[in-house]
Amino acid sequence: MLKIKCPWCGERDQSEFSYGGEAHIVRPAEPDELGDEQWGDYLFFRTNTKGLHREQWVHSGGCRRWFNAVRDTVSYRFHGVYRHGEEGPGKDEPGSPS
Amino acid sequence: MSRYSIFSLARNALSYHENWGRAWRSPAPSREYDVVIVGAGGHGLATAYYLAREHNAGRIAVLEKGWLGGGNTGRNTTIVRSNYLWDEAALLYEKSLKLWEGLSQDLNYNVMFSQRGVMNLGHNLQDLRDIYRRCSANRLNGIDAEFLTPEDIKRKVPIMDTSPHTRYPVLGASFQPRGGVARHDAVAWGFARAADRLGVDIIQNCEVTGILREAGRVKGVQTSRGTILAPKVGVVVAGHCGVLAEMAGFRLPVESHPLQAFVSEPIKPVLHTVIMSNAVHGYVSQSDKGELVIGAGIDSYTGYGQRGSFNTIEGNVAAIVALFPMFSRVRMMRQWGGIVDTCPDACPIISKTPVEGLYFNCGWGTGGFKATPGSGWVFAHTIARDEPHALNAAFTIDRFHTGALIDEHGAAGVAH
Repeated sequence: MLKIKCPWCGERDQSEFSYGGEAHIVRPAEPDELGDEQWGDYLFFRTNTKGLHREQWVHSGGCRRWFNAVRDTVSYRFHGVYRHGEEGPGKDEPGSPS
Repeated sequence: MSRYSIFSLARNALSYHENWGRAWRSPAPSREYDVVIVGAGGHGLATAYYLAREHNAGRIAVLEKGWLGGGNTGRNTTIVRSNYLWDEAALLYEKSLKLWEGLSQDLNYNVMFSQRGVMNLGHNLQDLRDIYRRCSANRLNGIDAEFLTPEDIKRKVPIMDTSPHTRYPVLGASFQPRGGVARHDAVAWGFARAADRLGVDIIQNCEVTGILREAGRVKGVQTSRGTILAPKVGVVVAGHCGVLAEMAGFRLPVESHPLQAFVSEPIKPVLHTVIMSNAVHGYVSQSDKGELVIGAGIDSYTGYGQRGSFNTIEGNVAAIVALFPMFSRVRMMRQWGGIVDTCPDACPIISKTPVEGLYFNCGWGTGGFKATPGSGWVFAHTIARDEPHALNAAFTIDRFHTGALIDEHGAAGVAH
């Protein structure tokens, strides 16, 4: 089982957490302006990164707060966690938000 | 290469089975082919086989970065069925099931397809309504489906706990008698041998590292064993489809997740059909060797690691033990994970792509094994004719932009 470091509660077992998918996907500011192509991209298309991946987790069996993490999708190793609104580790590393 | 038959068996017995020929060649890659298939799993090999047999597609190569059948083809729980809800999916999987029924004869290779039936359990009223609906939809599509009461289930599977006092009581089930299991390795080997006999080059340890394009058309692939030119390239790489799509410059609506399974020590025959439950989240069958073959849902996080987390296994085991209390003392022998390519609507993509001459077959998620022959059949047609077969016309990448999704989460989301 993975150990995940909640930014508020510290390190806990993975079974306390739920996965929330890719991070930094921003809801379109002008939904009415969007065509089918852009809506499809927003709803269904993901980077599916092999390597360092920025993603969301929620401490559902604990403080119930959301946070972001950088995780290697091959080794599953966590490279850091950060709260929403924070910049996060390794801004210039691969997998950093574009 | 000789045909396998009772006579070849007798002939080889005379020399103590030491002189069987190789099942397939191991050729060096040529510089150029008419069609290159990337990925020598079941689907890729089936595609090559049907390209050669049905479409006379010229020189065909199948490239594999590891060894053939070493990915999800050898990492699943071997369940075959076609009881899907929507017409598009049901007809595609039913085509596959029909091919399964003649596959050992077609390939001259025993894939040990055993139609022992597949039972999908319901544990609450909504489950039952969904099961009735799915059974009715299946029958309208000419697919065998029966509704079973708890008494019917108990008669068929005496070891299951069908008492009304459990946390999730068994209230009924759908049953597809023509469903069953097959030997997964044999499927890859059988297709490989049959394709090889038709002149297909199967090239193992040959990783594709780039997709060559010119003016929106595919020109070939770069590999760890040099450049291979081809006017048509079909990609069937399951969990790594996103990596290959990136090489070709587009994205897919697919996320890769670990999916785990495990088998027990061999025990005497106790379970003669396949049992699946979406609600308590697990499925189990017993192999011909006597091992219980057990699986469940994906690990929630994305991953390429061919392994998952222990708490997923724990949940799976809890579900199986709740249904079959006698299994609580069975020891598990092996455990493994595969990387499954999941689509938002739990249906595959078998499609042309933005790059001309480049075709993708992916997104099978947790349930691709059952589709192996049918997937190869329609993908071969799509590549040879440069247009989809009627059975895969709906399974385009475009559907995620047009909104014409085929939502099979009910029939496919968990149970495979």
